[in-house]
Amino acid sequence: MKETFDYEIGAKKSLLSFNFKELWRYRDLISLLVKRDYVAVYKQTVLGPVWFFIQPLITSLIFTLIFGNIANLAPEGKPPFLFFLCGQTFWNYFASCLTATSNTFVANASVFGKVYFPRLAVPISVVISNLLKFSLQFLMLILVWIYYYFDGTYNIQVNLSLLLIPFYLLLMAIMGLGAGLVISSLTTRYRDFTFLVGFGVQLLMWATPVVYHLETLKTKSLLGYQFVKINPMTSIMEAAKYGFDCGGSFNPILLTYSAVFAGLLMLFGIVIFNRVEKTFMDTV
Amino acid sequence: MMNKDVVIKVENLGKQYRLGEIGSGTFAGELVRFIRNIRGKQTDDLITDNDRTVQAKKGDIVWAAKDINFEVKRGEVLGIIGKNGAGKSTLLKMLSRVTAPSVGSIKVKGRIASLLEVGTGFHPDLTGRENIFLNGAILGMTKNEIRSKFDEIVDFSGVARYIDTPVKRYSSGMYVRLAFAVAAHLEPEILIVDEVLAVGDIEFQRKCLGKMKDVSGEGRTVIFVSHNMGAVKSLCQTGIVMKNGTMDFAGNINDCVSRYLKINTTENEGDVVVEKKGTGTGEALIKRIQLINEDNNTAESVLYKSPIKIRIFVESSIEIPKASLDVKISDKDGSILFHALNIYHNQALPLQIGENIFETEIDNQLLPGGFLASVGVHNAATYYTMDYQENIMAFEVIKAAINAAESYPYEWVVAPAMAKSDWKKIK
Repeated sequence: MKETFDYEIGAKKSLLSFNFKELWRYRDLISLLVKRDYVAVYKQTVLGPVWFFIQPLITSLIFTLIFGNIANLAPEGKPPFLFFLCGQTFWNYFASCLTATSNTFVANASVFGKVYFPRLAVPISVVISNLLKFSLQFLMLILVWIYYYFDGTYNIQVNLSLLLIPFYLLLMAIMGLGAGLVISSLTTRYRDFTFLVGFGVQLLMWATPVVYHLETLKTKSLLGYQFVKINPMTSIMEAAKYGFDCGGSFNPILLTYSAVFAGLLMLFGIVIFNRVEKTFMDTV
Repeated sequence: MMNKDVVIKVENLGKQYRLGEIGSGTFAGELVRFIRNIRGKQTDDLITDNDRTVQAKKGDIVWAAKDINFEVKRGEVLGIIGKNGAGKSTLLKMLSRVTAPSVGSIKVKGRIASLLEVGTGFHPDLTGRENIFLNGAILGMTKNEIRSKFDEIVDFSGVARYIDTPVKRYSSGMYVRLAFAVAAHLEPEILIVDEVLAVGDIEFQRKCLGKMKDVSGEGRTVIFVSHNMGAVKSLCQTGIVMKNGTMDFAGNINDCVSRYLKINTTENEGDVVVEKKGTGTGEALIKRIQLINEDNNTAESVLYKSPIKIRIFVESSIEIPKASLDVKISDKDGSILFHALNIYHNQALPLQIGENIFETEIDNQLLPGGFLASVGVHNAATYYTMDYQENIMAFEVIKAAINAAESYPYEWVVAPAMAKSDWKKIK
């Protein structure tokens, strides 16, 4: 009689053998990890989740002051504060997804070293808990936008591309997760990447039209414009700003390019994560 | 038929580790190795065996576990025993999927839960309640499972009053009890446990052992790793003895335990020349241990009721005005019965550079049977252990004596040792 076993633990695993069924079985763990991230961060604070609002608000105010009033980077005829707040809110989501997932293996080594569960549960929970944070900040963005809409000082139009916001979010989540997976896998051996992420994300922000307008850049530096266009985050950032009619542009071709890029990055991330997760305890 | 089911099948399992620091030092070297790794190729094939006392060269590869083959049947309670560094933890890590083997495979039927540690993933800022859910989920339970067992868990842990307090405010005992309580209420088909019994106070330890017995009584498969031979013997039916990364012996648990204790002692009884440093700083080394009989000769056995004289040869590289020497006498399961220590009697023993010979005479309360002695030399001022040799010498207490009044006249031996007691009739 041939014996049947539920699973086999061996040395080799094919590149893309990915057990989604198992991950699904651990969905409760994912939701509890999200809850932990959310609850633990604001324990012993007085303001609690209010900090979620304070940080982008103050940053946007300062950006308005420096980049809006001094450097004149905000687009003509649009509310500068809305422009910077919109850039901040969307950029923050991508940046925090990337930073937090890139730390997965090293930060959780003590847990991973003792218990098995699908490792991907951790970075996925990070992306989701950041989504919660984003949705609070997004709410604030909408309130500010509504204020400017009814204020009438600036001419702001409602446009249908707003409906694509969930799609932009998905792209940013996939890109942040994909890059985070690659970096977290590399970090298990080479801690150099922790430093790289720290200032890499900052550098990337300047290569993305967060505090400036792509069109403004075109008039000032064509080379810079071409360079920034290659950045897959550019089209998403521009489209998000376009949706709120505070500058930005909508470019379907560049958006498709970003989507393809995100997909490939994610695929690469899963492959390399798969490779590393089996033996990272020996090298971390 | 169902009982004969094989639930774990381990075949040719092996795991190798690279010694020394990870990383080849240069960026180019790392790049080459990384690319090879990605493509799944072995980079080196240098192999040494798992003798950890030999100084390793950088880049040496060592087999932490090798050629391991065994099967576990449904409902079996398997004990894994072995010295520190015998490969037990590596084997457990592979079984619980924390790290993948280098060669071979493990086939598993059913859900495995492993307790290599209690309280994995506990977050200090979360309350006891929140941590029960989080820890339970990490161990593989669903929210509903945890919810249905929540009251039982809290009850078992005995921290009901503090359940809504962050665990960072808990005493370490409460923390561990809560953590074990969650683990104890897992209901996997296969449970892997690593020495978590060594936590908490006596009462709680008894509770844990009881729980473990219940689990195995319910017909679930348990793999248990421990240094506590008593616990292993009372819980397990079969066992595996690990030695230097390979399986030294497998079979009935009683045979395993005696085999294990033999590994720990040198073949020589009565006069042991120590070859390897034990645990400790090594500033002073125990070189030789002798059991001395009444005629001042070395012997392999002691007569019932005649004093146990042990001579300890210490080679010291430092001078200490107050050294402390101790002898632990254990029964053949490794449970410590007596502890003889010069400090108890305020006897100062100076240690000089070079050879020192100490002798102790221990009042013999032992009943006939086999025993083990562990010997240690420590610094009495700092309490640092300089050398400690566990179960280094085996010896026997035998019945016969020339003097009939001192001989042991009975067939039965109830306990390893007698209590010194005074009896009189008061009514």
